[in-house]
Parts: sequence; structure tokens; C-alpha cells
Amino acid sequence: MSHSSSNSTSSHGSVKSYVTGLLLSLVLTVIPFAVVMSGALSIATTVVVIAVTAVLQILVQLVMFMHMNTKADEGWNVMSFVFTLTILVLVVGGSLWIMQHLHLNMMIG
Amino acid sequence: MATDTLHHGATSEPHEHHDASGTKVFGFWVYLMSDLVIFGSLFATYAVLMKGTAGGPTAADIFELPFVLVETFLLLFSSFTFGMGVLAMNAERIGQVKAWLAITFLLGAAFVGMEVYEFQHLIHQGYGPDQSAFLSSFFTLVGTHGLHVTVGLVWILVMLVQLSTKGLTPMTRPRILCLSLFWHFLDIVWICVFSFVYLMGVL
Repeated sequence: MSHSSSNSTSSHGSVKSYVTGLLLSLVLTVIPFAVVMSGALSIATTVVVIAVTAVLQILVQLVMFMHMNTKADEGWNVMSFVFTLTILVLVVGGSLWIMQHLHLNMMIG
Repeated sequence: MATDTLHHGATSEPHEHHDASGTKVFGFWVYLMSDLVIFGSLFATYAVLMKGTAGGPTAADIFELPFVLVETFLLLFSSFTFGMGVLAMNAERIGQVKAWLAITFLLGAAFVGMEVYEFQHLIHQGYGPDQSAFLSSFFTLVGTHGLHVTVGLVWILVMLVQLSTKGLTPMTRPRILCLSLFWHFLDIVWICVFSFVYLMGVL
């Protein structure tokens, strides 16, 4: 396993990257909880804060904890992730779109 | 393909080991992507059904944010401690690997314990999954995540046993790497759960 330990700092992270990831995740967790629990902002702003901090924290953990990058596996891990995101947008967005129209046309809810 | 993998395990060519290990970990990554689609469809189901409370409690009535915040911290710190375990594995310190895995197990078990308590508390109040479409989809989504974490806990126990009996070998290393991906993945799914189910639920 000499090969894998020689490039371990690049492909499997370092203490620094994990600590950075942890601190960023803590901040990005506390911000939306504080905003919601204090009720300081309007509902529309709060929703935006929740969504933005969630996406940021997901990116932080994908990169710092799961080491998703374009160099390992010739970028196939990123490619498969982007493909999955496409499917998710279709599934989640399509479901909401269709069901909202159904609700409107059926005059329920 | 199976004999090929076994062959790599039997010989000791460092470079080929790494390739076989990399293929296993990438294959597991592809599984995680398919798992993500499962969670995506459960999130879509929840989003469609969350207003269907059928005269029962709404999300704002039953969610307690401080409780969820503690759950979130437990899972986040367990993700971090597993990362420390992987670093200890790269540094060939098997004792530290076991210690970090044990800490990860305790944090994960505390998370599952809190979730079981939350579910049991809701059902006891009469807010079980049979009450409304909202509660059905909530229990399915959060329960599926909790089930994944529970499977991860069993997997951690298995790896602790295998580390004791086999040590750090070309067989156990990719398994720990796959388990680390699984564990970090569950924390990422939880980010979506606390953001879109709990935080947006109480607005």
C-alpha cells in the first residue's frame, strides 16, 4: 500500500482539512438554526438563508470529508454526482411541479 | 472479475492493490449515488404530502428544534471522528483507528437513540405515521435515514471485529474507506433533513 500512503494527503485529506470542514459545518449549522429560532428575519429571507447554508454545508462536506474531486478516478466521482443531481432535479422538481398543478386543477388544498 | 480481485489480494504488488481498492471505493460511490436517488424521491414525497395533515398536527406543532440541533451535532462530530479514523489508518496506527471508530459508534448510537425517543414520543402522543399523509411521509423519510445510520453502526461493529482479527490488510482497508464514505454520506443527507424538514417545517 506504499502507493496509497504516499498520496494520502491529496486523496484522503489531512487533519487540517477535516478540522476546517468541521468548523465550517458547525458555523453553517448554527446560522440557520439561530435565524429560525430567533425569528429575526422575514420568512422569505429565512428560507433563503436555510437553503444557501444547506447547499454550502453539503459542498463543504463533499469536498473536505468525502474528498470529491476531479483528479481521483479521472473525475468519474464528480461525473456520477452531477448525473445524480440531474436525476434529483427531475424527480424532486418534476414531482412538485406536477402535484402543484394537480392541486390547482382539482381545487383541493 | 472475482478471481481477478482474489488474485490481487493474494499477491503483493502495491500498485495493483491501490487500483483494486480504488475500483471498490468508486463502485461504492456509485451505490451511494443510487441511494441518493432513493432519498431524493422520499424528499419529493414529503414535499408533496407535507400540507396533508388531515386535521392532525402540523410540522410546527411537533418539531422541537433544540432537540434536532443536538442530533445534528452528534452526527456532525461522528462524521469528523470517522475522518480522524481514516487518517489514523493512513498513518498505520491500528489502535487509533479502533478508538476513533468506537467514538464514532457511540456518537452514532446516541443519534439513533434520540431519534427512536422522538418517534416513540410522537407515537405515544397519538401522532403516529397512521394519522396523516404528512406524518406518514415524515416517518418514512426520517426513518429511512435512521435505518441507514443503524446499518452503519452494525458495519462499524463488524469492522472493529475484523480489525482485531485481521488487522489493516488490503481486504479491510477498502472496507473502512467505503464505510467512511457511507457515514459522511448519511451526514450530508441529514443536512437536507434538518434544513428542509425541521427548519422549514416550523416556519
